Amino acid sequence: MRLTVLTAVIAVLLLALIFELLRRRQLREKYAVLWMIVGLIVLPLGFFPRLLDSLAKAVDVKSGVSLVLFLGFMFLLVVCIHLSWEASRLEAETRTLAEEVALIRTQLSEREPAK
Amino acid sequence: MINGKRVLIIVPAWNEAGSIRDVVQEIRGELPGTDVLVVDDGSDDDTSAIARQAGAIVTRLPYNLGVGGAMRLGYKYARDKGYDAAVQVDADGQHDPRYVPKLIDGLDEASLVIGARFAGEGDYHVRGPRRWSMIMLAFVLSRMAGCALTDTTSGFRACDRALIEFFARWYPVEYLGDTVEVLIRVIRLGHRVSQIPVAMRQRFAGVPSKSPIKALIYLGRAFLVLMLALSRR
Repeated sequence: MRLTVLTAVIAVLLLALIFELLRRRQLREKYAVLWMIVGLIVLPLGFFPRLLDSLAKAVDVKSGVSLVLFLGFMFLLVVCIHLSWEASRLEAETRTLAEEVALIRTQLSEREPAK
Repeated sequence: MINGKRVLIIVPAWNEAGSIRDVVQEIRGELPGTDVLVVDDGSDDDTSAIARQAGAIVTRLPYNLGVGGAMRLGYKYARDKGYDAAVQVDADGQHDPRYVPKLIDGLDEASLVIGARFAGEGDYHVRGPRRWSMIMLAFVLSRMAGCALTDTTSGFRACDRALIEFFARWYPVEYLGDTVEVLIRVIRLGHRVSQIPVAMRQRFAGVPSKSPIKALIYLGRAFLVLMLALSRR
């Protein structure tokens, strides 16, 4: 029973954190949707950790809690890969910007010869 | 003008204050009538100022991108200013500008001409894993290109107008991407690649790395880069 209280409290705190970040516009919308969905999945599971027991039985996992652990781990892995991908894209974009800035500065200095 | 072409010499330089003056002055002395563009890749030292004093056009990246980034910037400049050919020359003095006219002449037959060691001229030798990587790269790329390419990682290369325009849009910044991956892509696009034997000199400043572990890591990375590049269509 006490475990359920713990998971429920944490689920509520998590959802509150996501909501607060969204409210302050600290998260881009594309991420916001993802995390809202995560929050909405975590909340009922926090109150009723046994909710996934039947699904766990269907795929031969001993308990619903293990299944949650496994799925959660998988989910985090995918999120990490996604963030690496985003970082690579951002680096490619800043690279292009850096090159363009250098080009523009050189063209400017060519227009007005050095004093 | 070399062989009727407007030629831009692109010199990517990162913290090369010790050698950049000699390199620029030598190029300007040996190749009058060509322009020298030094791309300062976010140096902390006086590379830009010294290069400008020596008579080069200088463009400066706000932070260090690596050779690939510096070269794409150089090709963008060459594209915007309408050069017919661009030659990459390293800032450490390894590349002898007297070979540049030969490279440019090679552009009559090919779109990309590499100044290559191990092709008969000079006495440059490597051993161990570094040598294995070079043999592996040379073997695969020579077969793809349909002609002998003995020095695929050489940064001493000339390209024509078509490739200037292509490189201004696409030039990988990853390790070995600027040499090996570029070659694979260019060959796959149907451009002709050839090589001219050159002798490389001692660097004017700085020392080459001799660590065997680094050489082994280099072999691994070269293999990875090669496999990845080959898997891209």
